Amino acid sequence: MRIIKEDDYSLDVLKEVSNIGAGNAVTALSKMISGKISMDVPDIKVLDFNEVAEVLGGEEQIIVGIYIGFEEDLQGNMMFALDLDSAQNLSKLLYPRERDSDEFDDMDVSVLSEVGNILASSYVNSLSTLTNLKIAITIPSLAVDMAGAILSVPAIQFGMISDKALMIETMFSQDEDSVSGKFFLLPDLESYDKLLNALGVI
Amino acid sequence: MIDDIVKVGMADLNTAKPPMKLRTLGLGSCVGIILYDNKLKVGGLAHAMLPSSLELKDNKNRAKFVDTSIDQLISDMKEKGANVNNLVAKLAGGAQMFKFTSNSEILNIGERNAKAAREKLSSLNIKLIAEDTGGNFGRTITFNPEDGTLHVRTVGHGEKTI
Repeated sequence: MRIIKEDDYSLDVLKEVSNIGAGNAVTALSKMISGKISMDVPDIKVLDFNEVAEVLGGEEQIIVGIYIGFEEDLQGNMMFALDLDSAQNLSKLLYPRERDSDEFDDMDVSVLSEVGNILASSYVNSLSTLTNLKIAITIPSLAVDMAGAILSVPAIQFGMISDKALMIETMFSQDEDSVSGKFFLLPDLESYDKLLNALGVI
Repeated sequence: MIDDIVKVGMADLNTAKPPMKLRTLGLGSCVGIILYDNKLKVGGLAHAMLPSSLELKDNKNRAKFVDTSIDQLISDMKEKGANVNNLVAKLAGGAQMFKFTSNSEILNIGERNAKAAREKLSSLNIKLIAEDTGGNFGRTITFNPEDGTLHVRTVGHGEKTI
């Protein structure tokens, strides 16, 4: 089993893979929306567990987490986390409608689950192309709760290999509506070596 | 009053005596373990992420695992003057934040954390007097060593004191 350290070159590889994946995912999303989406270069952060929730406004901040499994040659999960404003802006970009309230409703849940699907598929496609591994995704699961609680899920998975969590931050916007999303790529333990192997790192 | 709160982060632990209180924010699948000497009024709180230090090679961070965090908490509480024979325990957290059919090993980690805590406490003969675990929601918990109460706050699933 590999233990990831901050200066480990395998972390650099994961960063690069994550970066390409996130870029493609946002491109896929912008294709779906009629109108141009501008995107910043994804920012990759290596965080202590205590810092993970801070990035999304603190442990008690209400956020949206979309969690998707991947299977077949590579197993693991990925998570896409958004603050509530970003989640609603994203929902609005994809499905503009009259809103009765600012409450996060069932329609938001289904729009964002679909976003999760699109992002995860394009992410996995680029990963698959890079590695020549066959990867499929599972149905997204969505939760709206405290940031600490939602992010405990990726943190625990990183906790199995490291005392750090790897996070990819992407910002995209259309007009005044901006969306800041955080990706976590979480291969299972056995899949780490497979992934790094397929990429020619080890 | 913010000053009388000792914050405990993820993979972290701490102890407190009145008037200080112990708090951890947004517990999800992690488990919050409270140990309490109800006679000498010394409290301890650990926010553990994984069930067992024996499953991993890199297990230096004792607060990260249920088993070692309980051991560490006991030794820290002794230093604060607690008597091990007086200790009782409370548990909170261990939720399953996302629902899935596959990858169950990872997704039931909350339940495994809570189970590991119960087993460890039982092996040390520490009585578990209250718990609020499971479900699919986060919890912010605050422990008051003055009266031994544990306050649990959620988003949309009410508040309670156990």
